[in-house]
Amino acid sequence: MAATTVPDKTTRRHAGRAAGPKAQGGRGGLSRKLSQNLQAYGFLIGAILCFGFFSWYPMVREFIMSFQQTKRGVTSWVGFHNIKTVYHDPYFWTAWKNTGLFTLYALVIGFAVPFFVAILLNELRHARAYLRVLVYLPVMLPPVAGALLFKYFYNPEYGLFNRILKIFHLPTSQWLDSSHTALISVVIAATWMSMGSATLIYLAALQNIPGELYEAADLDGAGLWSKIWHVTIPQTKLVLSLMLLLQIVATMQEFTNVFLMAGGNGPENSTMTVVYMVYQYGYRYNNFGGAAALGLFLLLVLAGFSGLYARLNRNSD
Amino acid sequence: MSRIRYRRLVAVALVAGIGLTGAACSSSDKKDDNGSKTSSSSAGTPLDPKTKVTISVDCMPPTTKKPERKQWLDDIAEFHKTYPNVTINSKDTFPCEDTDKFTAQLQGQSETNVFYSYVTDLNQVLDAGQAADITDYVNDKTVPNLKDIDPNVLAILKDSGKLYGLPTTNYSMGLIYNRKIFKDAGLDPDKPPTTWDEIRTDSKVIQDKLGSKGIHGFFEYGAGNQGGWHLTSALYGAGNNVVSEDGTKAAFNGPEATSILQTIHDMRWVDNSMPSSAGKEWGESQKAMGAGQIGMYLAAPDDIQLMVQQYGANFDDLGMAPIPGGKTSLMGGNDYFFKKSDSPDQIKAGIAWINFKFLTLKKGQFNYGRNKADGIPVGLPQPFFFTGQAKATDTADKTQYATVPVANYKSYVDAQVPVKGEPPNAQKLYTVLDTVMSGVLSNKNADVSKLLSSAETQANQLLAAGQ
Repeated sequence: MAATTVPDKTTRRHAGRAAGPKAQGGRGGLSRKLSQNLQAYGFLIGAILCFGFFSWYPMVREFIMSFQQTKRGVTSWVGFHNIKTVYHDPYFWTAWKNTGLFTLYALVIGFAVPFFVAILLNELRHARAYLRVLVYLPVMLPPVAGALLFKYFYNPEYGLFNRILKIFHLPTSQWLDSSHTALISVVIAATWMSMGSATLIYLAALQNIPGELYEAADLDGAGLWSKIWHVTIPQTKLVLSLMLLLQIVATMQEFTNVFLMAGGNGPENSTMTVVYMVYQYGYRYNNFGGAAALGLFLLLVLAGFSGLYARLNRNSD
Repeated sequence: MSRIRYRRLVAVALVAGIGLTGAACSSSDKKDDNGSKTSSSSAGTPLDPKTKVTISVDCMPPTTKKPERKQWLDDIAEFHKTYPNVTINSKDTFPCEDTDKFTAQLQGQSETNVFYSYVTDLNQVLDAGQAADITDYVNDKTVPNLKDIDPNVLAILKDSGKLYGLPTTNYSMGLIYNRKIFKDAGLDPDKPPTTWDEIRTDSKVIQDKLGSKGIHGFFEYGAGNQGGWHLTSALYGAGNNVVSEDGTKAAFNGPEATSILQTIHDMRWVDNSMPSSAGKEWGESQKAMGAGQIGMYLAAPDDIQLMVQQYGANFDDLGMAPIPGGKTSLMGGNDYFFKKSDSPDQIKAGIAWINFKFLTLKKGQFNYGRNKADGIPVGLPQPFFFTGQAKATDTADKTQYATVPVANYKSYVDAQVPVKGEPPNAQKLYTVLDTVMSGVLSNKNADVSKLLSSAETQANQLLAAGQ
């Protein structure tokens, strides 16, 4: 069937280009091909250099460093010493537990809330544009300012949150000052600061769902939850799964908020995340090999999640 | 060649290229001791004034600190009268040491020829292979006041008997208290507390009398290694160690630690004489004391100047007492190192400058008459590193030109608490001790003994692993 189809312009152009060098053959053809694609190679080299220098080289360097140690100015190979060191750190599992909990809380709060806000925004007939701006506003606040603002809000003595709780005669909380509530307090603040972006992405996905599907669901007598479950979620599955992966990758690398709000490790090390531990190894303990080894652990875990995502997506295709 | 094979070839070439670059860079990172240029036979002689040499020096005061900046530039001009051929390239830095930036500079070998650091950074600087051995360069000709510098202070800048830095300021931890708050609470500001029991009593009085105005008796840190650092100070005050003499075992779990922590716990939860929120980052105590919101906290005397200049405090309101317990005191301070790649003449020029600016009485930082005229406080109990004749001269000069109420620091100065450096693996141990400190500050039902036992196990785990 393909043989009988008249090729369109694109196909003809590609076919011609492919046939050209073969027809002419030899080095002349190759140099012509090179000269024809000079610009493309120029861009390619630029991109490779940029990625190589700023992305790939640091990763390779980190990998190398995780097997090295510098003592008294001499850098030597130490095999798995750094990996053993960080593995035997008394807070290794604490950091992983906190990172896991942070990710879990962030998924429960930070994944669900923006999605439902997006659904609400999508349902609105009036003032949607204004509300979209309002929802996005916190993202425009510099992360440091946002973190310090929440630190102030969380102050058990004069902070906004406890004042509100007192107005309603509700029990107050120690927020960032208790090992039981510090981590979740950071998650709440982090979610507030970043939910604008996620909401807009979900909103864009929701607006791409054909209206006929909802009309059909209406005709079948579906309620709001049925529509969300049977139409909205399946139709936005790809975006949701991508956002899920991005959120896992981002939250497992949490550093800024715990550093700014909870002094890093927090009460009884309850906010010590793996990346904060990387920071401690590098900048507090001056052990870059240990920091690199911890980074390697994190890289492997995140690569695992990415692989899982790719596999799930392939299966769903 | 198929497209796939072609891609594979490109990928292999790329990875090999990156690998080679990495290997090349990593091999360039290998540093060895042969690079040291400190074995010059004429090392012990002062710099010949005819020698033409250029050095870069950091920690020039920023333009916002006008008098300090002016003095730095004036001192360079005066130094040039003796050494006209020495060019000093000053680097404006504030703060003088940002810990993270300092670490990055050491790793990138981008520090100045003569670089500022905290005295507690020696191991980090040596591990990075960045400090020149200046043992042969420093003697009574190049640093005339050397014999009067406290040997304990110099010992902190030594490794295996070799000297690597020169001190510029130092301190020992004590108790800063607000005399005005003491007065307002009916306490005698000339009799600050000297034990933890007295701290608790005074703290409660302050809270009872002034708590309604948002003033608390005592302040403590509970995160970011600050809590661990303060607990170490408190333990030193009680005469305790954090680790055993040979550095192999934790040595903090004892009755003194239990008693101190229980007192802090009770101040926080029984007396409610501390803020509900523990300090989480360095600077919060200074801010609160500067604003007149807390009565006391553990600190070094340089905090006094910081609180006045940055947080609106008044010199008359601030007093300083020795560390509670008064057995030993955690010391710290600042110094300059000399980059290992410096030439012998650069090292000599650097030492000549540091000697002129920071170690010569009546010159540089010790020119108290000029400090008074320029509005820089005179009379604070630091630097604290001179002994003997130099100390006597310094004290006399300081008294003559004093602009701050020297009597407010009398009990701190008179106590002369012996100083002690940080424990080995200090930062890791501070992380462990942070857990204990934050435990009593954040948990009303904290079990102090359990917290200490658990921290002891963790510290031993670190020490056993040779970390």
